[in-house]
Amino acid sequence: MATNVTQTSTSSPRGRGQEQMMLFLLLAPALLVVVGLLLVPLLWLAWQSVWDNGFTFENYRRLYTEPLYGRSFLLTFRLSVEVTVTTLLLGYPVAYAATVLPRWLSLGVLALVVVPFWTSVLVRSYGWLVLLQRTGVVNKLLMGMGLIDTPLSLANNEIGVLIGMIHILLPFMVLPLYAAMQKIPRDLLLAGASLGGRPATVFARVFLPLSMPGVAAGTVLVFVLCLGFYITPELLGGGRTLMVSMLISRNIELYNQWGAASAISVVLLVAVMLILAVGRLAVPLKSVAGAK
Amino acid sequence: MIRCFASSNVRLSASLLALLATTGLAAAADQVVFVSQGGAYQEAQTKAILDPAAKALGITVNQDSSPDAWPVIKTQGATGAPTWDVVDTPTEDCVRGGDQGLIEKLDFSQIPNAANMPEAYKTPYSVAYEFYSSVLTYNTKKFGGHPPQSWADFWNVKAFPGTRALRNHPLATLEAALMADGVEPSKLYPLDVDRAFKKLEEIKPNITVWWTSGGQSAQLLHDGEVDMEMAWNGRVTSVMKDNPDIGFTFNQGLLQNTSLCILKNAPHLKTAVRFLNEAIDPKLQAHLPLAINYGPGNPQAFKTGIIPADLAKTLPSAPENAAKQALIASAWWSSPAGDAALKRWATFVQQ
Repeated sequence: MATNVTQTSTSSPRGRGQEQMMLFLLLAPALLVVVGLLLVPLLWLAWQSVWDNGFTFENYRRLYTEPLYGRSFLLTFRLSVEVTVTTLLLGYPVAYAATVLPRWLSLGVLALVVVPFWTSVLVRSYGWLVLLQRTGVVNKLLMGMGLIDTPLSLANNEIGVLIGMIHILLPFMVLPLYAAMQKIPRDLLLAGASLGGRPATVFARVFLPLSMPGVAAGTVLVFVLCLGFYITPELLGGGRTLMVSMLISRNIELYNQWGAASAISVVLLVAVMLILAVGRLAVPLKSVAGAK
Repeated sequence: MIRCFASSNVRLSASLLALLATTGLAAAADQVVFVSQGGAYQEAQTKAILDPAAKALGITVNQDSSPDAWPVIKTQGATGAPTWDVVDTPTEDCVRGGDQGLIEKLDFSQIPNAANMPEAYKTPYSVAYEFYSSVLTYNTKKFGGHPPQSWADFWNVKAFPGTRALRNHPLATLEAALMADGVEPSKLYPLDVDRAFKKLEEIKPNITVWWTSGGQSAQLLHDGEVDMEMAWNGRVTSVMKDNPDIGFTFNQGLLQNTSLCILKNAPHLKTAVRFLNEAIDPKLQAHLPLAINYGPGNPQAFKTGIIPADLAKTLPSAPENAAKQALIASAWWSSPAGDAALKRWATFVQQ
């Protein structure tokens, strides 16, 4: 009896141990990828930002002592806000139309949103340059129609960057909005109407609040993507719109300042994580990911 | 992001290749690992210089590419056991690397082909290999018979109205600003950085684009987006093939070159020196412009009779063209003053 008891009591933990071992082995490849390709480089990045033949916060001190860095961060945040607000204003009606239109039409609308999505950002940015530059299609057309005498400066400045970024990021706003709007039960709108609400009232008091998770998801997504945008401002900015991502690349390519580049990257990363955290507080991730 | 990814890929393949080269072929004949910048340029030099040099010396030349060699030179130096031997890179990298103990000092008695080269084309660590120039280029349709011919003209927005572009980099741009302000080409160095930036502030409102890549500079010219521009002569010549309205002048051009240098403790040091000497052989050098529109680093190449006269006229390092230009002083640009100018640039452009 006594031997039996000891046998069962030892075999059970061993069995569980084996099971855990199995689970760990199954997880190992994924863990290796995450640790090797994400955590290690990130830690190395953080390390590099504070180590230069000794422990130093010089790279971070520079972020607020050198006006260039501050201006670059300000510009990046300002452009990000402008792009996010514009994509929301443009994207909301599109997503709304896609939810209320007959199915074949709504598919058409969504296709129009998604197809540019498959074209590379580089190609689309160059495309905008062809359209917007001084000798571009838009200016030639306007001048040909006699609307303007001298070409408008639409590219190689902040306006060009804004137009390009808005176009490229619009799908990232429309798709979460559409996902959220589609989940709003039509019955609620009918109920609102049956209680005497006019279409505008029903929209403002029923539909709009219920679409908020989509708004939050789209806003956070677009804003975060804006913060790291590189190719579009590089191509359409004419060399003047120095966004944070460009600041990082200049520090590496031009100035050999890997420490400074790392410090800027760390600050950008922290900013993005904070925004994501706030975004998650505002709206549970599940409700926008379409899990239910 | 994409660029970073691409270059790290190149670096990865770089070290793999070099590893293969040093282990796999160790038993074979003498060899070197030669690194250049890739693309059409490296293909051209393979045909004109690398293959013939390998044949003449009876060695194997293992090639590798890195668009920006400096970070790799630095990393390989840090390990103390580099895998590269000879690098074709901007002279500043060789000089800066020499100062930091990453580049071998050259024994010129072993490099007879350098003997007849101008002193300015050599440093203790490097020999000029290939020349290009930052030239003043313009749209002939816009300016007709009176195009701008000097940096003073480029700065003169009243006499030469039109849109302008400059490179988003202080090298050559500061020199151009100083010449526009009346500094003699021979008296540029050490650069009066304050004066240069002051002069640049003057033209800044009239600059439509600060270009960052050679391709971008070519596109601006080709589409007629800018009426005049500082651009690399090789790019300009290729645009001219497509767009006959483009012209340029070597007047006050800024002659720049890449140089060959050898990594400190290079794995095949002796062969590397022999290879370096052969790579600047006037005959091999003369074949380079036949393959691509760059000037030979060794001016003796123009005396071989291989380069046709009408081609020589378009090459930045042809003696009569070189005489109209100023040679960029790599030593100044790799000094602390050069570093400071580089940093000041970012603030200047963004404001």
